[in-house]
Amino acid sequence: MQPQVEIRFTLNHRVVTAAVPPTMALLELVRDRFQLTGAKLGCGEGECGACALLMDGEPVLGCLTPAVDADGREVLTAEGLCGAKGLSPLQQAFVNEGAVQCGYCTPGMEIAAEAVLLEHPTPTVEEIRRGLEGNLCRCTGYVAIVEAVQAAAGGGR
Amino acid sequence: MSQQASMRWIGARVPKLDAPWKASGEVRYLPDFVVGGMLHGKIRRSDRVHARVKSIDTSAAKKVPGVHVVLTAKDVENVAFGHGKDNTPFKGDVVRCIRDELAAVAADTEEAAEEACRLIRVEYEDLPALFDPRAALERGAPVIYPEWPDNKPFTYRYAHGDVKKAAAESAHVVEDEFDLTWVSHCCMGTSAIIAAFDTGGRLTLNSLTQVPFLYRRDMAAIVGMKPEDIRVIQPTIGGAFGSKLDIYPFEPIAVHLARAARRPVRIVFSRQEEFLASPTRQPAIIKLKSGCDARGRFTFRDAYVLLDNGGHTSWGATIPFVMMQTFSSLYRVPHVRFLTDVAYTNNPYSGSFRGYGNLQATFAIEQHVDRLAEKTGLDPLKMRLLNAQEPGEETGQGLKFVSCGLRDCLDSAAKRSRYEEKRAAKKGESGRRVKRGLGMASMLHVGGGAKIYRSDGCGSVLSIDDFGKVTLVTGSTDIGQGSETVLAQIVAEVLGVHLDRVKVVNSDTDVKPWDVGVHASRTSYVAGNSAMMAATQAREKLLKAAAEQHRLPVEELSLADNAVMHTPKSGVAKKLEPIDRLVRSLHFSDRAELLITQAYFEPGSVKQDKEFRGNVSPTYAFGTHVVEVEVELDTGLVKVLGVWAAHDVGKVLNALGIEGQIEGGVVMGLGYALTEQLKIERGKVLNPAFRDYHLLTAPEVPPIDCDYIETEDPTGPFGAKGVGEAPAICVAAAIANAVYDATGVRFTALPLTPERVLDGLIAAGVTKDVGAR
Repeated sequence: MQPQVEIRFTLNHRVVTAAVPPTMALLELVRDRFQLTGAKLGCGEGECGACALLMDGEPVLGCLTPAVDADGREVLTAEGLCGAKGLSPLQQAFVNEGAVQCGYCTPGMEIAAEAVLLEHPTPTVEEIRRGLEGNLCRCTGYVAIVEAVQAAAGGGR
Repeated sequence: MSQQASMRWIGARVPKLDAPWKASGEVRYLPDFVVGGMLHGKIRRSDRVHARVKSIDTSAAKKVPGVHVVLTAKDVENVAFGHGKDNTPFKGDVVRCIRDELAAVAADTEEAAEEACRLIRVEYEDLPALFDPRAALERGAPVIYPEWPDNKPFTYRYAHGDVKKAAAESAHVVEDEFDLTWVSHCCMGTSAIIAAFDTGGRLTLNSLTQVPFLYRRDMAAIVGMKPEDIRVIQPTIGGAFGSKLDIYPFEPIAVHLARAARRPVRIVFSRQEEFLASPTRQPAIIKLKSGCDARGRFTFRDAYVLLDNGGHTSWGATIPFVMMQTFSSLYRVPHVRFLTDVAYTNNPYSGSFRGYGNLQATFAIEQHVDRLAEKTGLDPLKMRLLNAQEPGEETGQGLKFVSCGLRDCLDSAAKRSRYEEKRAAKKGESGRRVKRGLGMASMLHVGGGAKIYRSDGCGSVLSIDDFGKVTLVTGSTDIGQGSETVLAQIVAEVLGVHLDRVKVVNSDTDVKPWDVGVHASRTSYVAGNSAMMAATQAREKLLKAAAEQHRLPVEELSLADNAVMHTPKSGVAKKLEPIDRLVRSLHFSDRAELLITQAYFEPGSVKQDKEFRGNVSPTYAFGTHVVEVEVELDTGLVKVLGVWAAHDVGKVLNALGIEGQIEGGVVMGLGYALTEQLKIERGKVLNPAFRDYHLLTAPEVPPIDCDYIETEDPTGPFGAKGVGEAPAICVAAAIANAVYDATGVRFTALPLTPERVLDGLIAAGVTKDVGAR
């Protein structure tokens, strides 16, 4: 049995605690312990972005980030972007602009997009494209995803 | 099929019905859900590419805590399956490629299963291996299957006209060898399955298959069950693109593990495993000779194609079916010969992949169109227009083009890209070390399925409940492309109901009627027609009932706004009765009738004869792409500045959905052209990771402009034809033609990486070799 580390952090606006082994990835913690399966294990090597999470407003790769790093921080998953009324304006823009096809990359893509908007409230197309560089999508060719981020920046924020 | 004058849902920009659930992160994909008591399965694969298996020692693996069962070929009835009946769940005596399955473990945790797999000891005796299909066909080559001493399990021969004579009489002839390599589907969700037996012995599979009914039948044969005892549930799929058209060994292995462990078993591939052990696009060597007369009219095409089958057979071996259509029928060519050999090697094997051989065929053909145009002194656009197919044409192979928008596609792509103007302008920029070029290519693909089974049909069951909710149970499958939404739009349009009143059920073989599956760009057309038939019957029932109840002529009634409308001969339409009330009046009356209809749509295509003649699809998709590139002569870097696509789609059903299909397909084609390659050397995959397999990312995607040519095919639902595969097909050919236009150097192999392009430029003397690399 590995030693366990007690951590306390905010997960999707709620304070939670967990005892985790130091080797556990944050992705595993949110998926397996908290059943937040929006973030996906796409490659396990930080290459595809499907596991992206926001930690204190910064995008991190859930598959490479140790769970213990979350201690005292604020972690947000795609599920946490949703508000009381349902989808966030950004998520609604993903729906409206056709940015979702198979949907597997979508939660990670939304996190990357959210990070872009946190940094640049009115981003240029280039800023959006650069912000999404670490997230792979095989269905859409990215065009509709970039348009969705533009649409979200233009209204509702 | 009747069409309404003004349409509310057809052609609209309708977001995918499942998109909100996907955007919220709520949707559960196969790796996201667990079944009670579930174990984790892992597969131990071969370390060798061709070897006799002397022994497999699983004793240490069985001792790992948490391990329930360890299986090898000795433990199961190892039934042969696949198109060549040369694959088995486990390999017992001989391994023939690096992905071959030797043993499998089911354990409480993935870690325990992995640890057990590592501890399985295998003794091999290496056998001489083959890695080049050309070498495989040489006399005295090592034999991979004793049943096939020539290593040649399949050949395809097609011909029309007299190629020899036509070649002798042609004014211009060009000849090249094209070499297309492996690429991977790279579905963001990896291969996965959950197999679970209930106490009655019935098997439920949570599977990502695109062909649930064929899959159920094949699986039953492999695991020794009756097909009706297998239920296939298709959870949300993280991308497919053809990769889930066949059954692969991990799937029956999961069933064997579940049966032996008496527990549900889930197998989920790691990304590395996905690169190593999921199918690839079929590599091809294409030797092509093409000719035209002095005016530029095509005279003949003579193709020899050699396919590397790898160590086992999947659908990759059957791509000649599709390739030959493009050789025979993309343009009017009076004399065509097409011969393909399929050769066993010890490389990994290929499956089906969006476009199904057509990317490879089109890469060769469309470069030859440009080469012949140059020899004739014609512009490539004019050359294509001169030889383009037209509506009403029946080709040498027997394909019938009821609708054909190829000319309009050529004109549209050329006009929007300012093709002629740019081609003329570019001439003056000599001396620069960055060259611009413009290239075009066209494509032909089936647009309504391909009749390769006894039926290419799809069933539908439609019901309207007491509250006016319409449920369409369709045989078809949604693999992320949005077919569910398109079918709902068709039903809503026919029944005059709001889209939010329509629910599509499409994911359970216990419930849904038969369908071939998702392939051959058939779902919008075949499942669409089927849904339309069922909805039309429901409309007729509703209108007839309303006419009887209200004593009105049925011709004066229609459906709109969730209601029956009455339009008197002289007067305006007014609402007669809501549909839900009408349904209740049928239900809770002496008629005691529920509103349920069913339909089975069989397209008007035919199975081809032994010479591959016959109209295999009821409709065909055409398209043209123009691309503009910039080539850095000193680095070989090809930068795509823009893509102008035009596609004959019959009719746009969902303006938002079709954009997604075209843009996604074009980018997949760009990856094939420029960056993607699964590097396989001596049978081993060298780059099984995203960091070494270059998928295009958001900043690398050029502007893509698409025009939809609406030819309104008379047999399509509202005139539509399939377009799922079309946009990926001619991208690479257009890029190669553009690179030639820029540099004067032809490239016959892909991908056009800076390394390959620079080598080509140096070999052609365009760039001086400074020996710095």
